[in-house]
Amino acid sequence: MLQILKNRILKGVVTRHIEPAFSETIEPAGLELRALIRKKFGRSLHIRQLDTGSCGACESEIISANNPIYDLQRFGVNFVASPRHSDALLVTGALSKNMLIALKKTYAAMPEPKFVITCGDCALNSGPFKGSYYVCGAVKDTLPVVLHIPGCPPSPLQIISALKAFLE
Amino acid sequence: MVCSEIVAGIKNKFPGFEALAVVQVYTDEIYIKVNRQFFKDTCLALHKMFSSPVAMLFASDERQDAGRFVVNCVFVNLRKCQWVIVSMDIPQEDAYFDSLAKCIHSASLFEREIWEMFGIEPKGNPDLRRLRLHNEVWPKGNYPLRKDFQKIEAGDLGDYEFNRVEGGGVFEVPVGPVHAGIIGPGHFRFSAAGEPVINLETRLGFTHRGVEKIFEGKSCLEAIRLSECVSGDTSFAHSLAFAQAAEKILGISIPRQAAYLRGIFLELERMYNHVNDIGGMAVDVGFSFPSAYASVIKESILQLNDKLTASRYLKRVNMVGGVLKGLDEAKRHMLLDSLKGINKDFNELVKILYSSVSFMDRIDTTGVLRRKTAEDLGVTGLAARASGVPDDLRGYFPGVYKEARFKMATEESGDVLARLKVRAAEFKESIRLIEEFTGKLLCGQGISIHLELKKGKALGYTEGWRGPVLYWLEIDSSGLIHRCKIVDPSFMNWQGLSYAVLGNIIPDFPLCNKSFDLSYPGGDL
Repeated sequence: MLQILKNRILKGVVTRHIEPAFSETIEPAGLELRALIRKKFGRSLHIRQLDTGSCGACESEIISANNPIYDLQRFGVNFVASPRHSDALLVTGALSKNMLIALKKTYAAMPEPKFVITCGDCALNSGPFKGSYYVCGAVKDTLPVVLHIPGCPPSPLQIISALKAFLE
Repeated sequence: MVCSEIVAGIKNKFPGFEALAVVQVYTDEIYIKVNRQFFKDTCLALHKMFSSPVAMLFASDERQDAGRFVVNCVFVNLRKCQWVIVSMDIPQEDAYFDSLAKCIHSASLFEREIWEMFGIEPKGNPDLRRLRLHNEVWPKGNYPLRKDFQKIEAGDLGDYEFNRVEGGGVFEVPVGPVHAGIIGPGHFRFSAAGEPVINLETRLGFTHRGVEKIFEGKSCLEAIRLSECVSGDTSFAHSLAFAQAAEKILGISIPRQAAYLRGIFLELERMYNHVNDIGGMAVDVGFSFPSAYASVIKESILQLNDKLTASRYLKRVNMVGGVLKGLDEAKRHMLLDSLKGINKDFNELVKILYSSVSFMDRIDTTGVLRRKTAEDLGVTGLAARASGVPDDLRGYFPGVYKEARFKMATEESGDVLARLKVRAAEFKESIRLIEEFTGKLLCGQGISIHLELKKGKALGYTEGWRGPVLYWLEIDSSGLIHRCKIVDPSFMNWQGLSYAVLGNIIPDFPLCNKSFDLSYPGGDL
């Protein structure tokens, strides 16, 4: 504890140098996204993420989009714990038979108005798992999907720009 | 160890032993073929001889060519750096074998898997509930890994029966499959009386995608890309284990350069995951500042990966025969420079955590997995090392790690703190290894080209960040995959988690869970 206090007093607010090329792409994209969200959703867009058979890389990138470097939250995008708090459902992964019921129930639990986003190649068309005995096919055959974020996995920057492009 | 020594060793424990054949196929792989009636006792003898849990137990369907199933059981002899594979034939009209589960607990899950995927009954296994093909959506009597499996026949759908704890004041808390976070799906059912957990039953399989079936009929070049999608945070270790199995079959020896590069990438993968988990433990006790700090370190490793290989998760780097991406002079400098910064940040992170009394109080003696339990369940990798089982493949098998005098990290106490300490020690060791490997890189080819097709079977293994990733591969004469059995450490370690939480309070479950950080897709396949 003393160590933390000492660091706090001696170092003040810790900042880190981010490469200009990097911050020049993320900042404008994020600020535009924030402006769009303010216009269309009042203040913020709440997203519930659901894994229906992903390998875990998409989740890792969505979590990365929330780290202090990208900090998606400062642009008004929040990831929430319950479908009842959400505006959008973000589905990742090939749709496993075991998750079909959970997917439908999660969607049903969301309040209107609501929309569905898919993230990663598997959610679009089962990706490398196409034709498997245990994969139900595309998420869009089960729920109305309005936006797909391509990539395997999509990087945090791709996630931010895809959201921005969609809201425009 | 040569074949005759192994036979003598088995005879010592099991006098009636008779083998149909004992063959050393590769220096590190010995096959013992036995009759069905001797299978159980042979496995038991090897289990005792090597003090090895069942590393793999799997079937393959040979009915088209030979009218039978084959079941293989794999043990590892770490001291002699060898894998011993006991193999038996099972006639298709009479598909059963004597269950090992009552004598060797680590065989239990594998037997359930064989039963649900092939319909070969492990006679005497007390628990034949299906693991991945959930009763609610998959009718009985459909065995997808049989070669002649075509489509689902209509049948009765049932429910899953959970183990019940009964008695006054016992209540159940069901959690999942959809969790309150950005995480994979799984169902956890806690039985508790008052605060402490009496029983935890995990029901998994929600991310089952039929991976092993998709491997079948693919060429090695296609399949290596698929192996990267088995578990996204272990994509390099999976592709490496796959590549090693294929290289053994095809008789390729990879260039030195490739061995060092693979070592570097494998350690980079270990580093970003370990720091992610350390941050995760902090977030699960509500200590958000270090977790933010850890996520910044993770991000800088991912960006480093991206700069080195054009992929944040080291995908499309491995190839059968070597690696596709090299490190030129400039990249090597960048790698070493970045590591210095990362090392400094990591030391700071650990210092913050260790100096917080409330954090240490939460993780010390929480979620204890005892050594005996870990050994019996066949828990592997990092979780086993934190309970005092020195099982790191890097420390035994010859290769670049042995040359670099790899130092294994183990802890005795088996609690969350022990797993944190092992992670921290391995992170530091990874930095040292990468520096050493980078110093040895030469200018030269990272890949050897090989076009010949060969049939055969072989085991590929590598120590991923969670533990050993095993690929058993069989290629037919046209160069296509006949059977690919994958074991991710998560498959065995989920059971370890169920035991580690006993006696702890439910709010400590996320902490215990994160300290293991197991992969849903890796276990569910």
